[in-house]
Amino acid sequence: MNKLMQFTYKYGALIFIGAVILFFSLYSQYFFTYNNLTDILRSISIVTFVALGVTISLTVDGFDLSVGSTVSLSTVVTATMMVWFEMPLIVVIIVPLVVGALVGLINSFLIVKIRIPDMLATLAVMYIISGVHKTYTKGYAVYNNMPMSDGSTAPGAFYEKFLWIGQGKLLGVPFPVILMLIAVIATHLFFKNTRWGRQMIMTGGNEEAARLSGLKVKRVRTYAYIASGVMAAIGGIIFAARVGSGQVDAGSPLLMEAVASVFVGYSVLGAGRPNVIGTFFGAVLIGVLVNGLTMLHAQYYVNDIVKGGVLVLALAVTFMNSHRKKTS
Amino acid sequence: MSGINKSFSGVKALHDAEFTVRAGEIHALLGANGAGKSTLMKILSGAYEADEGSVRIEGRELALRSPADAKEAGIHCVYQEVDTSLVAQLSVAENIFLDRLATAKHRAWVKWGHLYEEAEKLIADLGLSVPVRKKAADLTLAEKQMVLIARVMANEAKVVVFDEPTAPLSIEETEQLFRIMDKLKSSGIGLVFISHRLHEVFQICDRATVMRDGRMILTEPTSAIDTSDIIQAMLGRSLDDEYPKREVPIGEVVLSAKDLALGSRVRGVDLEVRRGEIVAVVGLVGAGKTELSRLLFGADKADRGTVTIAGRRANLKAPASAVDSGIVLVPEERRKEGILVGESVLHNLSVPILGKLSSWGFLSGTREKDNAAGVIGKLGIKTSSSNQLTGFLSGGNQQKVAIGKWLNTNADVFVLDEPTKGVDIGAKRDIFSIIGELAEQGKGILYLTCEFTEALGLADRILVMCDGRIVKQFLRGDATQENLLYYASAGQEELA
Repeated sequence: MNKLMQFTYKYGALIFIGAVILFFSLYSQYFFTYNNLTDILRSISIVTFVALGVTISLTVDGFDLSVGSTVSLSTVVTATMMVWFEMPLIVVIIVPLVVGALVGLINSFLIVKIRIPDMLATLAVMYIISGVHKTYTKGYAVYNNMPMSDGSTAPGAFYEKFLWIGQGKLLGVPFPVILMLIAVIATHLFFKNTRWGRQMIMTGGNEEAARLSGLKVKRVRTYAYIASGVMAAIGGIIFAARVGSGQVDAGSPLLMEAVASVFVGYSVLGAGRPNVIGTFFGAVLIGVLVNGLTMLHAQYYVNDIVKGGVLVLALAVTFMNSHRKKTS
Repeated sequence: MSGINKSFSGVKALHDAEFTVRAGEIHALLGANGAGKSTLMKILSGAYEADEGSVRIEGRELALRSPADAKEAGIHCVYQEVDTSLVAQLSVAENIFLDRLATAKHRAWVKWGHLYEEAEKLIADLGLSVPVRKKAADLTLAEKQMVLIARVMANEAKVVVFDEPTAPLSIEETEQLFRIMDKLKSSGIGLVFISHRLHEVFQICDRATVMRDGRMILTEPTSAIDTSDIIQAMLGRSLDDEYPKREVPIGEVVLSAKDLALGSRVRGVDLEVRRGEIVAVVGLVGAGKTELSRLLFGADKADRGTVTIAGRRANLKAPASAVDSGIVLVPEERRKEGILVGESVLHNLSVPILGKLSSWGFLSGTREKDNAAGVIGKLGIKTSSSNQLTGFLSGGNQQKVAIGKWLNTNADVFVLDEPTKGVDIGAKRDIFSIIGELAEQGKGILYLTCEFTEALGLADRILVMCDGRIVKQFLRGDATQENLLYYASAGQEELA
């Protein structure tokens, strides 16, 4: 019983993903094809970026609820850089990244300096950023040559080169998938092999002990929130490139999806804590489920029930185990 | 308790353990860390289930499946970590009657007046004075312990286990606790007393049982044995010299603090430590030792005062800059502040020197492993591997990790705050010899403790702290336990 539990805890999540893939493959011959699999990866690429941000904030024992709004803001800022201002491509990409970093800086100012609890501070920032991005566009989506409030037409349109970020392919692999894989590997290596990543893990493990071991924990936490904001901003840029317009509120559904991926990730390989590889597999699992269910002609509103169910399952395995560890 | 066996993942923690407590006796349970004391007591209190064996109370066999079963049978515990057993936001009275308020047996309506009255009576019966309407969060540690004892009384206990209750208490508070324990004893309750302080055992216990490696080694009336019998039974060998003091040449001043102050806790402290010198700061609990150590390390910001380390003015804005200035701290709260219990030994030992262990920001696995292996070997840290979670080590080995992480930082000054708290005798000796070695390397050692015997055995100089001030200085050999206690408790009058 004990051994079985250990085994479930360690490999349960991966076996579950395998089983789900097997099930859908048997159900539909179309499922396990190169096209469909890359499609799944492309569908999760944006949410994975957001989830990486959440992973980073959770690693320092914080929580960033504002990532969804940051995606929305970054999407419309990216869009307006082209449609309203016709900026060069490099500026189109850098400005939203800076904006994301600024949101992270505001979060860390509230949390680290003013000492508002992380959930509450980022909840407030989530609302503010959500309002800011709608105010910025006056509530309208941003698209090619849109009519402006003064009656004129917006001068610019989305650049072909920019759209390639979201829609193009490199060696047959969708470019967002490549970006996602690079980000996952880079973030994983960051935590595994760099001193800054280690500082974040230590700070999240016990902030006071880390501080008394000579770490600059405030700085570490500040960087974590900035990284979280930048990750969300990248998600927003890819989003804009994917749909070719700046949709209002584009990011709000991504928050919960990202958080779910991260917590499903807790159960991958028995980590029991935020970890990059787990987050990626969490996102994959959710992507596979949504794709497969669509193929089963399930209604879109059933998806949330399944996502929630999977999340409960993963949390149950994780927390039952951590409780057992504590009591024995 | 008889024939108790218990294994954890194949490792046998208890070997046919037998233990009896008579009504109206105080029975000491002794043993080095990892001897099986806590496991045995956790079985008694229902936190663990025994693999084999039986527990009987007043001849009746008990089936202990949960802490609730044990409480039902009249078995209660007063744990060392009082905060985990109290609800900080509730009043003293509510905490005392927590079990009653929380169970359905009580009527739905709480009669507050009645509750407070009863609580006051209980407190008075124990000869205490704790305001019953005060929030538990606002109590001192000793008062919290008293509240827990009062709770035990309220629940009509038959057997009460005290797990290292005196470790955090001052001398007066300990005396008070002993008076209460005597009272409980004379009311016919059986008491189990777990402590690392052997003199206390002889002071209040009727019988003593020593455990080693999960077995019972000795059970005798305390009048029939002495300290060396117990130590021999605990270690399986005799302990010749508890304080291995080395002769070290003392060099120039390496730490000097001037007029260091923080509110009413630290009121203008001047002190100096020289290279190779071990300076002990002794004082009762609440004298301001911990606060002083935190000021020296930049963990808290001083109101005023300067600190010079190795001739240079130290920057004490934060612990990070204190480390850069060459001073490090082994804090009192080991599990909360000294180490990261959820991280591996390897990671713990790397934290302060991540910069040294990496190039261009990338950590070198080999350098990290070499560092850990070096420290583990040097300090004799007992761990299955450097990847073991630090929380799973015994208290003494955790403390070695807390010290060991600083070894390769090139610090000039080591400040150690109660480093032997909750550490067994064997590990204590190891820690003393580590400190001796550090002094030999020319480090300055500031050793803060409320164990006067440690200061007497270890230090070249002893500073007595009382009420936030250094009130007296003794050179090695000049001090006795009595005059330390005198200045520590009545230092102020002496000055005036």
